[in-house]
Amino acid sequence: MSALLQVRGLGRHYGQRIGCEDVSFDLHPGELLCIVGESGSGKSTLLNTVAAQQAPSAGSACYRQRSGGWLELGALGEADRRRLAREEWGFVTQNPRDGLRLNVSAGANVAERLMALGMRNYAQLRDIARGWLERVEIDPARIDDAPTSFSGGMQQRLQIARTLVTQPRLVFMDEPTAGLDVSVQARILDLLRRLVNELGLAAVMVTHDLAVARLLAARTLVMQGGRVVETGLTDQILDDPQHPYTQLLVSSVLTT
Amino acid sequence: MTYNFAFLDEDTKRMLRRALLKAVAIPGYQVPFGSREMPLPYGWGTGGIQVTAALLGPDDVLKVIDQGADDTTNAVNIRRFFHRVAGVATTEHTAEATLIQTRHRIPETSLREDQILVFQVPEPEPLRTLEPREAETRTLHALADYGLMHVKLYEDIAQYGHIATSYDYPVLVDGRFLTSPSPIPKFDNPKLDRSPALMLFGAGREKRLYAIPPYTRVESLAFDDHPFEIQRWEHRCELCGSGESYLDEVVVDDRGTRMFVCSDTDFCSGRRTEAQA
Amino acid sequence: MTADLMLELRDIGKSFELHHQHGARLDVLRGLDLRLHAGECVVLSGPSGAGKSTLLRVIYANYRLSFGAVHLRHAGRWLDLARATPHEVLEVRRHTLGYVSQFLRVIPRVPALDIVAEPLLQAGMGEGEARRRAGDLLHRLNVPERLWLLPPGTFSGGEQQRVNIARGLIVRRPILLLDEPTASLDAANRDVVAQLLAEARADGSAVLGIFHDEDMRDRVATRLFPMQALEAA
Repeated sequence: MSALLQVRGLGRHYGQRIGCEDVSFDLHPGELLCIVGESGSGKSTLLNTVAAQQAPSAGSACYRQRSGGWLELGALGEADRRRLAREEWGFVTQNPRDGLRLNVSAGANVAERLMALGMRNYAQLRDIARGWLERVEIDPARIDDAPTSFSGGMQQRLQIARTLVTQPRLVFMDEPTAGLDVSVQARILDLLRRLVNELGLAAVMVTHDLAVARLLAARTLVMQGGRVVETGLTDQILDDPQHPYTQLLVSSVLTT
Repeated sequence: MTYNFAFLDEDTKRMLRRALLKAVAIPGYQVPFGSREMPLPYGWGTGGIQVTAALLGPDDVLKVIDQGADDTTNAVNIRRFFHRVAGVATTEHTAEATLIQTRHRIPETSLREDQILVFQVPEPEPLRTLEPREAETRTLHALADYGLMHVKLYEDIAQYGHIATSYDYPVLVDGRFLTSPSPIPKFDNPKLDRSPALMLFGAGREKRLYAIPPYTRVESLAFDDHPFEIQRWEHRCELCGSGESYLDEVVVDDRGTRMFVCSDTDFCSGRRTEAQA
Repeated sequence: MTADLMLELRDIGKSFELHHQHGARLDVLRGLDLRLHAGECVVLSGPSGAGKSTLLRVIYANYRLSFGAVHLRHAGRWLDLARATPHEVLEVRRHTLGYVSQFLRVIPRVPALDIVAEPLLQAGMGEGEARRRAGDLLHRLNVPERLWLLPPGTFSGGEQQRVNIARGLIVRRPILLLDEPTASLDAANRDVVAQLLAEARADGSAVLGIFHDEDMRDRVATRLFPMQALEAA
């Protein structure tokens, strides 16, 4: 199977400060990769660089398009970057308010990406939006309600529906469950797990929560100080951590 | 006190004409220009006046309308202004005018190739209410990434059951640029499409000009199952009997008696004169 | 007739280095060789602390090998799992190598039936058929039907263990690793598990397991593999 994403020696510096450095990994279709590490370890910098939201300072990230051709993401023009973001990728932000359009209805939020792809049938847009609300466990009767009237967990589920409605090939997620109640978290994790399986999504997810990695990701990267200190199968990393930092991370998890 | 012909100095007019040429060359594209202080406040048509001033020649015949009427304060003042600072002939008859400055309407009488229509525009950016960042809307235009505009139309249908936007209805010019037609009623949108007359738009406060050159394709956005439709009335004009023109509802006495009359005063009086003859 | 060799461990060593306990080093396995053939059931025996569970986890690539090689037959060729890429390991786990631990890893909100059916879905089976087969297996393991649509978080230890066995055995894999899967089962259910294992072996699966219960061990084992704790280095 050929990779969807190839990252080689990727680095992103902010002046003298290292955001992330010398990161390499492959992501295959249908695979969810977690990036774990504490705050400031460079997880989000890595995610944003791989998602072409900022240019790398070193190395490369290449993406294999639906058409089969490879794109070097660091050299991507704005038009191509937006086309990818619209047609092939999805991005789920930690704070749903950053990823939603708060001044339009839930239905419009879900339908927006479809309209951006040129869908111009209102009835069909409504049907798809209702279907997706149901899929993320939001009452379809609330299709015309503003997302501001939703709870945090509902907003996050709405953001997931809005992102996945176009069936992206690759999804980037930045701490999608952080800042939510534990019970709400479980619901979203279960939802993500189901959707990832059903849609065969490839995804890169940043999280500081090892339990999230265990539940969702077959493979995990552990980052510290901007560098990847350990990488491998998630169960290997959690059950037999090699690097001192990973051992610390694993042993710091509270078990219930 | 004497003014330079048409109030503006020649350098400013040259700057405006350059911007207008660019606007005509790229139909629907918003061209920035150095908007000047005018002797009336923003929102009163400073953009339109500057465009008009840059175009006027001594032989032009100027008509100014506001909401279709030649006799409203704004129209009368602007017409008098140019009569005074340029000495040009003015008219209230659409057919006689070479240059028509307008706010909120396109005349009912069909325009010709030798006429120019100048629109006063308060907000040139059709995406502004959805996307407040100027840098972002410019990028969206550059990439023709217009899915966002349909979000607004979607919201209309979701809220009102139909596309309730009734004026400043967004159009796609020449299949490329999403454009605000200025706050004309959507009733007038079809008149923009392949119009023989040159249409110029000036936004003084926002410092933008744009153009729809003659015979350019102008398409009003819509959904497949909610096509673009113009307003219809159950009434006819009570003065001239027209069933095809845009009607205003007017309260005529203190008891709330209403009547429907043409908003285009020249068109209405022309029909009445014809009927009497 | 000699059955096909399925798994060959050569000179295996495993030690743990505990960086946060003054760099303490625990040697658990050293110089271990083992061969496992299709159709046999080898039971690891030895005192607790002999490294039996560690060995199974090393084979499953859950623990990383410190020394030696884990050769296994996968999709008609030999592969050293200790040197395989993560993607190869996942592929091997999906199709060739099964592992049933003592404990079910509960996934919040996912019903028992879906937990059992999941490996079939991942192997590409349709949802209806996968759930039907999952139901059949849960039925055989005497998990009452009223529990099937509940998440097993609240089940008893025995019920959870049976769900776990069902999940582990539902896809017929050529090599099975079992870490005390019957520890909290009653006699009747141990019988069912013994039958299931016999069926798997008859189908050509090779089984390597840990069974502390001697009765169970005698029923399923074709051979014992004795292990001893390493003396403190």
